[in-house]
Amino acid sequence: MASNPLLPQTAIVTDVRRETPDVKTFRVVAADGGDLFAYRPGQCAMVSLFPVGEALFSITSSPTRKGFLEFSIKETGLVTRALHEIDPGTKIGVRGPYGNGFPVDFLQGKDLLFIGGGIALAPLRSLINYCLDNREDYGKVDIIYGARSAQDLVQREELFTNWPQVRDTEVHLTVDVRSDDWDGPVGFVPAFLEQLNPSPIGKVTITCGPPIMIKFVLQSLEKMGYKPEDIITTLEMKMKCGVGKCGRCNIGDKYVCKSGPVFTLAELQLLPNEF
Amino acid sequence: MKKIAKAKLQDLWRHLSEEAALYLPAGSDGVVDFARWQEDLAVDLGELNVCVPPKKFFYPQTETVLKYEIGDDLQLVDFSGHAGERAILFGVRPCDVASFSMMDKVYLGDPADEAYRRRRENTCVIALGCQEPEETCFCLTFDIDPGKAPGADILATDTGEEVVLVAQSPKGEELLATLNGLLLEATSGDEIKVKDAQEQAKEGYVTHVSVRGLMEKLDGMFTDAYWNRLYRRCIACGTCTYLCPTCHCFDLQEYATGNCGERIRCWDTCMAADFTQMAGGHNPRPTQKERVRQRFMHKLNYFPRQHGGEYACVGCGRCVRKCPVNLDILEVIREVGGAADGQ
Repeated sequence: MASNPLLPQTAIVTDVRRETPDVKTFRVVAADGGDLFAYRPGQCAMVSLFPVGEALFSITSSPTRKGFLEFSIKETGLVTRALHEIDPGTKIGVRGPYGNGFPVDFLQGKDLLFIGGGIALAPLRSLINYCLDNREDYGKVDIIYGARSAQDLVQREELFTNWPQVRDTEVHLTVDVRSDDWDGPVGFVPAFLEQLNPSPIGKVTITCGPPIMIKFVLQSLEKMGYKPEDIITTLEMKMKCGVGKCGRCNIGDKYVCKSGPVFTLAELQLLPNEF
Repeated sequence: MKKIAKAKLQDLWRHLSEEAALYLPAGSDGVVDFARWQEDLAVDLGELNVCVPPKKFFYPQTETVLKYEIGDDLQLVDFSGHAGERAILFGVRPCDVASFSMMDKVYLGDPADEAYRRRRENTCVIALGCQEPEETCFCLTFDIDPGKAPGADILATDTGEEVVLVAQSPKGEELLATLNGLLLEATSGDEIKVKDAQEQAKEGYVTHVSVRGLMEKLDGMFTDAYWNRLYRRCIACGTCTYLCPTCHCFDLQEYATGNCGERIRCWDTCMAADFTQMAGGHNPRPTQKERVRQRFMHKLNYFPRQHGGEYACVGCGRCVRKCPVNLDILEVIREVGGAADGQ
């Protein structure tokens, strides 16, 4: 018998970690303590906090680290504000996974350039940890990441400690505005990217950030000689169902929740520019 | 093929209402809509388009998806299993019958919606062929024959003094079999009358518009200046989408009191600004121009591109008649590329 695709599983928040003044990372397990479902890096899930509502988030944990899901959530709207109030032990609803996820097989053997901005490190982090946990399958990994300020950088332990320790892995950080607690580069991600000017040879780039950042990063990458097939991004659209029926994430003949959220620039160029 | 005298329809309905919940078009305060049959119901089989399209029987305007209780344990109760009383719809017009197969593509497509599937399975659709299409009818544009309804379980045709009933599915056969005492065998003469009625429907058809090549033409029109003018009339009331038999977009809302609550699915409209508004402030369709374009592009380009060229419009004409500012899909089809070639 078919089931109700809108019915969540019950889950328990086991850990809430503050990342920045407005971002927290939530660790979630199934009500019976195990995995909620199998998933791929780049996929999303609907998180329900009753009686407030439901919203879609990318899964920021990597499927290589079993036993839990993690969501990094910025306090922005109704549901996220309420989520920021909860404590470990809170029961929530989770349904998914939704979307196509990153093409991990296509990426094998290639050098990877990750470009992220702000909270949008969340989906990239899933893939970064997936690749670093399967280190021999992937080439050199470069991670360019920027945030509004030094205190808005998420996943600091991984950015500053864990990732740079992995072989052939470099992390390049920038912030929009100078501050006393920051002595690194200052400037927007697209400009920082052009400054670093990583060669496109043998490299695939995966980018996610606010729409305005993605727009300029895509322009920069094309200018630097990256082929549209080797530029991968993930889109964010309003979604209610996650299963291609509620209609909100429709772009052209695609529903982002089913055909996306991961697209190559070559695929995006075939779609109406409405994201 | 069976038939019944029109004077005996009340007996037929009484019998059908004993088989399952029976719904027919009926007038109330000047509005004709499907209503549950009872002896004194003001049945109106003359109205071509009931106000609210009968998709509501499979995809209700509002519906509880799940209920919850928040306590030491979070209890979630699936409500899809509550759907699906046995029902009979009598008098569904061919355009609305055609819309069901479009809704099926969405709601029976992977992953299938269980509540929708149960309702479809437990409902017997008796179509009523049209004979005098209105000026706003343009079903033929989409190859929907106003006298026929291949997606219905039974096709009813008004032949003057009688109504001829033809079963078109096992479900329809089964239902007709329960009516043996009431129905007469139709004759070859009745068969001719049915064909005549179907021909008459096509002859009375006045609005000829072609969609040949329209989907392809729209492929290149996303950034066309055409949309800059078209949307200005739109007041974003959403009538076109709420009354459309093929619109399927929905919202999910919470309704809670104390520790108990329910999640409700309700029809939504892409004409509203907040339809695509994200919490962070970004809106990929920031003005009414993008929203109006979305409505026409989805029906005439995106949906057919996804579903083998089938347009998400059945030509019922509800949006044409009900739009308060006369933003007319026929005008769009003509202006974009469908030719009024009379074919």
